[in-house]
Amino acid sequence: MAQLICSDVTLGYEGKTVTENLNFEVNAGDYLCIVGENGAGKSTLIKALLGLKNPMSGTITTGERLKSTEIGYLPQQTLIQKDFPASVKEIVLSGLLNKCGLRPFYTKEQKEFAKKQMERLNIAHLSSKCYRELSGGQQQRVLLARALCATGKMLLLDEPVAGLDPKVTKEMYELISSLNKEDGITVIMVSHDITAAVKYASHILHISHTPLFFGKKEDYIKTDIGKSFTEAMGGEE
Amino acid sequence: MAIIEKLWQYLQFEFVQNALVVGVLIALCSSLLGVTLVLKRFSFIGDGLSHVAFGAMAVAGILGLTNEMILVMPITVIAAIVLLAAGKNVKIKGDASLAMLSVASLGIGYLLLNIFSSSGNVSGDVCSTLFGSTLILTLSKFDVCLCIVMSVIVILIFVFFYNRIFAVTFDETFTAATGTKASLYNLLIAVVTAVIIVLAMNLVGSLLISALVIFPALSAMRVFKSFKKVVICAAAVSVICSLTGILISIMASTPVGSTIVAIDIVVFMIFALIGRR
Repeated sequence: MAQLICSDVTLGYEGKTVTENLNFEVNAGDYLCIVGENGAGKSTLIKALLGLKNPMSGTITTGERLKSTEIGYLPQQTLIQKDFPASVKEIVLSGLLNKCGLRPFYTKEQKEFAKKQMERLNIAHLSSKCYRELSGGQQQRVLLARALCATGKMLLLDEPVAGLDPKVTKEMYELISSLNKEDGITVIMVSHDITAAVKYASHILHISHTPLFFGKKEDYIKTDIGKSFTEAMGGEE
Repeated sequence: MAIIEKLWQYLQFEFVQNALVVGVLIALCSSLLGVTLVLKRFSFIGDGLSHVAFGAMAVAGILGLTNEMILVMPITVIAAIVLLAAGKNVKIKGDASLAMLSVASLGIGYLLLNIFSSSGNVSGDVCSTLFGSTLILTLSKFDVCLCIVMSVIVILIFVFFYNRIFAVTFDETFTAATGTKASLYNLLIAVVTAVIIVLAMNLVGSLLISALVIFPALSAMRVFKSFKKVVICAAAVSVICSLTGILISIMASTPVGSTIVAIDIVVFMIFALIGRR
């Protein structure tokens, strides 16, 4: 059984349909890239996958012992976070909150676990630094470490390279790719960057108001829609 | 030495002791929540909710209720929930709905007081509600006990839910997505905020509550870089400023609220200078 199955999902808000007939499934270890223009319903789909919003029709089910609250989410930066006085450690630890139950504070083991995630992402040395003083790439790593604290199974990344320079962007993609390959974490990434999607992902979901494509990336680049987009973005590497 | 002797003499009075206890507790509670409110971009909530409380007090006065709290507390709590917990789904956005509610209750409250008031000195009453100039020096035993009980509850809630309050403040979406009931904690923050503001009206009056909520938090944020340190520093700054303010106002017979705010401003400037280095 797949980790995540969307069947006949229609999404929208205030009664208006944004995208319909979404059918796809994500298996453990997949790297799915969701692409599509602005307004195609990408962010609505993210909310639905996270269980923050109900689809207008259809069902989203999780399987293989994955609960919908076990999807590690890497959100886009909000305005509030840009000048937030918090240390890296505090933010990474907050990813463990869902494992606390009724306990008000974090245990020693949890702090140790958070430290391991920071080491995994090479930000352990920043542990007591202030979040707002970090570079864009470092901030993304902090939020990624927090997401890893929340889950070891599936990551949902919303435009993880937005606003990063080319060098840091590449590093970020390599990092995500290694989490997928070496640690076996399922990755769902929403992106504008079709070139990178084709390079790193194993599956592509291209949505517009109706889904244009879902399948393996090898098949995607052969389709007309895939061709027209990859060429428009500067072709393959 | 004469000043210290005079101060000692004042400290023997029960009303001065009451004022100090209540002042410190209110300052502590409002600064704890202040950090969260400022970071959530709700700096004006103190001002807005205290105006709602003012409107509610006017209504309570007209209805002839002996204990105004019975009406004022629930109305303010509801207003806080509407503003803070309803969140992003409402048609009129955060700051606009806050401004609307604030101005409306202030206006209606004053209008009602003018039409129905039995007291001959309406503007005097209004002035003391808004600026709290003498209220804190005329606290009853009941006021003091109520304030102590409420403050202890607020502080316990804050300590117990500290990690959750941090998570909800920093990133509501992530917190909700990973299975923590973010809306529940937003509700909790809203209710506690309303309780503190109604209590704080006794100390500094309606107009100056914002200062108690925002200044300590902003001062602490200039210098410290982790959430925990900011919270602790804000609490310390708030308590020290309020203590000094109350003592100075008693010695120099200045209005309590404005004196505290003046000291808060000075401390903020000092912290801003330290933070720039």
